[in-house]
Amino acid sequence: MDLAVLLPAVAFYVFAGAAIAFAFGVVSARNPVRSVLFLIMTFFSAAGLFVLMGAEFLAMILIMVYVGAVAVLFLFVVMMLDIDFVELRQGFADYLPLGGLLAFILTVELIVLGASWHVSTKAEGLRQAPISGDTDNLRAISEVLYTDYAFFIEAAGLVLLVAMIGAIVLTNFHKPGIKRQNISAQVARKAEDGVELVDVKPGQGL
Amino acid sequence: MADFFTMLFDTTTTLGWTVVTLLKVLGFVVVLLISLAFILLADRKIWAAVQMRKGPNVVGAFGLLQSFADFLKFAFKEVIIPAGTDKFIFIMAPFLSLVMAFIAWSVIPVAPGWVVSDLNVGILYLLAISSLGVYGIILGGWASNSKYSFLGALRSTAQMVSYEVSIGFVIVTVLLLAGSMNLSEIVEAQAGGFWHWNGIALSPITLVMLPMMVVFFISALAETNRPPFDLPEAESELVAGYQVEYSSTLYLLFMIGEYLNIVLMCSMVTILFLGGWHAPIDVAPFTWIPPVFWFAFKALFIFFLFAMVKAIVPRYRYDQLMRLGWKVFLPMSMGAVVLVSAWVVFAQGGA
Repeated sequence: MDLAVLLPAVAFYVFAGAAIAFAFGVVSARNPVRSVLFLIMTFFSAAGLFVLMGAEFLAMILIMVYVGAVAVLFLFVVMMLDIDFVELRQGFADYLPLGGLLAFILTVELIVLGASWHVSTKAEGLRQAPISGDTDNLRAISEVLYTDYAFFIEAAGLVLLVAMIGAIVLTNFHKPGIKRQNISAQVARKAEDGVELVDVKPGQGL
Repeated sequence: MADFFTMLFDTTTTLGWTVVTLLKVLGFVVVLLISLAFILLADRKIWAAVQMRKGPNVVGAFGLLQSFADFLKFAFKEVIIPAGTDKFIFIMAPFLSLVMAFIAWSVIPVAPGWVVSDLNVGILYLLAISSLGVYGIILGGWASNSKYSFLGALRSTAQMVSYEVSIGFVIVTVLLLAGSMNLSEIVEAQAGGFWHWNGIALSPITLVMLPMMVVFFISALAETNRPPFDLPEAESELVAGYQVEYSSTLYLLFMIGEYLNIVLMCSMVTILFLGGWHAPIDVAPFTWIPPVFWFAFKALFIFFLFAMVKAIVPRYRYDQLMRLGWKVFLPMSMGAVVLVSAWVVFAQGGA
């Protein structure tokens, strides 16, 4: 078999298998920090799959945003949690019937959905890529985002801005009576303002 | 036999491509590690010279072999793994930070065509890898099961995440000027003499780009935990931060990773602002020197500045560090993005 065909296939199975194995690790690991680590590895494998599909921009963004920012936040929170593992595992038997029932219902629904699903005859037309394949995908994405969907991306930005301001307003409150630092005053301070030389006469003091 | 070799190094076939890429990777690793030994020595020598000391001068002539002696010392000491650590993560963390430091180098072009992988999204790749580099530190600090390590790791992570934001925006300004995310193309866009280099170009936009170069340099100091931003390792507060519990080879791996990141940042300043491998003037005596040496000269000059900063500037307070990152550099670099985009659209007529 030709190497040029074999290598991407091997890479796909390695990344896909790793993604599934790590995803299983996320839910089965006993230590929450290890769970987050498995989650990071899952993101990483998914990024590898994106690269194999030729979507290297999405892969890099996935790593930067999810691995570089979101997962770091998770790690921060999880590392500072004070979890009692014995207590955590105590309720397992109590919740097993209810949890099992939910899992069963979801599985049946998924099977029913999967059995009745079929490809629409009009779907083929929708699968056409709006940009031809020879432009690199960074340019392709930005051409679609900033021309056809420019207003939608602006709207999304506004929603995020509102969310950000909301988060700041909710969490930021100034307690009265606390001394705060005025950095510009600190920086502008000179030796002449801070130190006063007084000629103290002997025996008089100040 | 000759046929075999032409087949082996023919980059159009998969086998040839694999062999050539492996050789390139090996070349990068070997050259980087050997230069790192002397860069480390230079760091200590410069620091010593500023403080009117001699620095390491016993092992080899002028102490040239000091780094190798240190290497042997680290390698032959006993690896101590404290009780109560998460053993797997404790050992994995330094390897992670070393590997992340090395794979970032795969997109750095040191001369025309001298690059392991000429990615179209090279800059994004660098940002992605540098955000992964945080994990070596935070995991090492957490797995050590020590208060000092954990506090150091938290500080370090918060610091690196904060300064990555402004580094990202500074990089965007360069991308706008170069019109590409490919590092080789960014360097090519600065060809033709030092008055075309992004940082010091003879053009009104330099009024924006020169301060951006300084912002990038200072952010790079914070990003690599170098003084004056070495709060994660502040010995007066945290003993040695996230690496308190690390000894011998594991510590060595952390240290190599840290210095590789520092040299990477120097190379990035060179590529983004100082014209990469291009000679300052495109005439005879300068063009005789091969491009890779120009790249090395510039990167080493930036490293000299890193070392001087370490010797001269006192350590920042933590709240001042955060203020500088979020309240000074971030608005500045965002403003610069607006100005540079305006310049590209209205003055250069680009889109």
